Amino acid sequence: MNLMMRTMPRRASVPIAFAAVTSLLLAGCSGGKDDAPAGGAKEFSVLVTTENTQTGKMFDDLKANQCSDAQKQLPYTLSQTPSSEMQSKVQLLGGQNALPVMYAGTQSLIAPKGDLQVSGQVLDLKETFQKLGVLDQVTPAAQSVIEQLYAGSFPTVPLQFNIEGIFYNKKIFADHNIAIPTTLGELTAAAAKLKAEGVTPFVASGKTGWTISRWLGAILYSELGPDALQKIKDKKAKLTDPQYVAAAQKLQELGKYFIDGITNLDYDTMNAQMLNGNAAMMYMGTWFLAAVNDPKQNKVGDNIGFFGVPGIKGYPANVGSPNAVNAKLYNDGVGSWLTCIAKNWGSESLKKQGTFSGFKVNTPVDSLPALTADIQKKIDNAPASVLWFEGLFTPKANNDSSANAAPLLTGAMSAKDFMTLIQSDLDAEA
Amino acid sequence: MKHVFGNKKAIVTFLLPALLIYLGVMVVPAVWSLFLAFMHGNPVRGFEFTGMKNVDRLFSDPQAGHALWFTLKYAIVISVGQIVLGYALALLYVFVLRKASTFVRTLVFFPVVVPTVAVALLFNRMFASSPQEGPVNALLGLVGLGGTDWFADGNKAFIVIVIMDLWRTMGFFAVLLYAGLIEIPEEIMESARLDGAGTWRLVRHIVLPLSMPVLLATVIFSLNASLKVFDSIVALNNGGPGYQTTPLNLLMFKTAFSFGDFGYGSTLALVITLVCLTVTLFVFRSSRRDLTKD
Repeated sequence: MNLMMRTMPRRASVPIAFAAVTSLLLAGCSGGKDDAPAGGAKEFSVLVTTENTQTGKMFDDLKANQCSDAQKQLPYTLSQTPSSEMQSKVQLLGGQNALPVMYAGTQSLIAPKGDLQVSGQVLDLKETFQKLGVLDQVTPAAQSVIEQLYAGSFPTVPLQFNIEGIFYNKKIFADHNIAIPTTLGELTAAAAKLKAEGVTPFVASGKTGWTISRWLGAILYSELGPDALQKIKDKKAKLTDPQYVAAAQKLQELGKYFIDGITNLDYDTMNAQMLNGNAAMMYMGTWFLAAVNDPKQNKVGDNIGFFGVPGIKGYPANVGSPNAVNAKLYNDGVGSWLTCIAKNWGSESLKKQGTFSGFKVNTPVDSLPALTADIQKKIDNAPASVLWFEGLFTPKANNDSSANAAPLLTGAMSAKDFMTLIQSDLDAEA
Repeated sequence: MKHVFGNKKAIVTFLLPALLIYLGVMVVPAVWSLFLAFMHGNPVRGFEFTGMKNVDRLFSDPQAGHALWFTLKYAIVISVGQIVLGYALALLYVFVLRKASTFVRTLVFFPVVVPTVAVALLFNRMFASSPQEGPVNALLGLVGLGGTDWFADGNKAFIVIVIMDLWRTMGFFAVLLYAGLIEIPEEIMESARLDGAGTWRLVRHIVLPLSMPVLLATVIFSLNASLKVFDSIVALNNGGPGYQTTPLNLLMFKTAFSFGDFGYGSTLALVITLVCLTVTLFVFRSSRRDLTKD
């Protein structure tokens, strides 16, 4: 050191030291691109959102019972991250080749041409399920939704399958002599009647804006047909076209029938309003059944019913948040787990949580709650399914739609401004 | 001491560890972020240089323009409020309450130590209109004004944010200014009083000029903190409705971490840095004039 200091001109030593330190730090920060472990996964690591309390419980149950063999091959571990931070976490892990075996990705990252797909970290599940001989365990409805959503590919394990529609309070409907509406006009008339008679017709959460913007999707499908949003994706129409703006305008007109002070209402309070019998209707997906079937939350018992959005054939459907499988970690152990999930998840999810998945129910489940059984029948008989409003949107468009849904509903933002904002987000990403 | 500072080896030994840490946690990320401002991409795909594209986007992005305007509006209103209220409280402590001010000081300082998220939740409930009416709306109803949905409109939400943040921070500025005021020698005040100065003249001609240095520090503290506002707004209403109360910091966070656009997010971070730098330089320059010349 001494020798170096003596021989090196003092002025030169400072920038050299700076450069050395910087390069060391940068080298330390950047992950190797091809350092996935040879031979694939050493454990069946699963990453889901903190809000998702069901998946962990289901895995705990399966690893002790039906999937104990897979568990012996590859022990299961769970990690959780709040949904708001999931995208950045998955990006960082993906950049360092450190993604777990099954992870909750963002739709745009795991879709074809998505970054994780391009970097070879997303397993083609259609091919894998076929190889494992369990593709027939995936329900046709779930497969169709996945292929609609991911442009023909199959990058997510359908741990959930939900249809969306309107949950309503049967008692309130009966007390006010209201029949289940079959057109948007009837729905509006029912809302007007309820409002006039002192009941809150609709509840939604401004803080969780998609609970409002899904209404817009429903109106669009009802007014413009089942391909209304696919046309936007395919650039055959724009959200700023008059008929699309008119649909947003229609939602704004419905605004007066929603609960007062909606802007800052949160998701849990919204659910509680429905489950305490304080509101007549709520647009929601069937994951809400977990709360309906929980007597601690549901104070109105069997009085919750469900009907599809008037004017739409079939239902908006989804397969829950994405659960991609890391292609770089795939081995026989992962295969065993996937086989076990495909064969058992459907019945277990229905039995333990009262919710639906994209897998067939192999063991018949007795004594289902009435509403769950009713919705099961609706799913089985649904002619086709459509995606929800933001289904094909980019993350920014998704966020803007959610953040501005309440202002649209309350009239703080015009229908045209709302649609222009979302369209400009979609154009910017193109 | 001189011997130690004259020894180059000693300088290297003492300064190098600190310098390395500073380089690692401050300079490298800052320089990295500066580079990112001119790139597009994310950690999976990698980053590509896009020149001035992000800067061009900045000038044509109405959300960024609105966020900058909101940040400046917030910083000015909050800073003026913090200093006026803080100064008024400090004067109250020193001249009216005197020795008995401890209790009031503690009471006013209390919100400073309460976590911001807790304060935001408190205000959320206080100004709520649904499902239960909050105390504020109930009070407005009682005097016949009628309640309102405070969070459905950007201007009303701004009022709630201002009230909350002033309540939350004025205690800190009051204590800061109080420390400056008690430093003013009692003899000067006494002689001014003997010369017949009333309270107002005393404040105007003695207290204000003598507390100028601490007042200046307060201005810098206040402006810099309020330009970087983030947590209180996230917890209260997440910058809503829409983007109406979204400051630059929150927009930067959402852009980088929610939309995965690290490049443009860094461009927004650069704007925040430039704004803070400009304001601080401006305050320093004007202060130098004030303090050296009478």
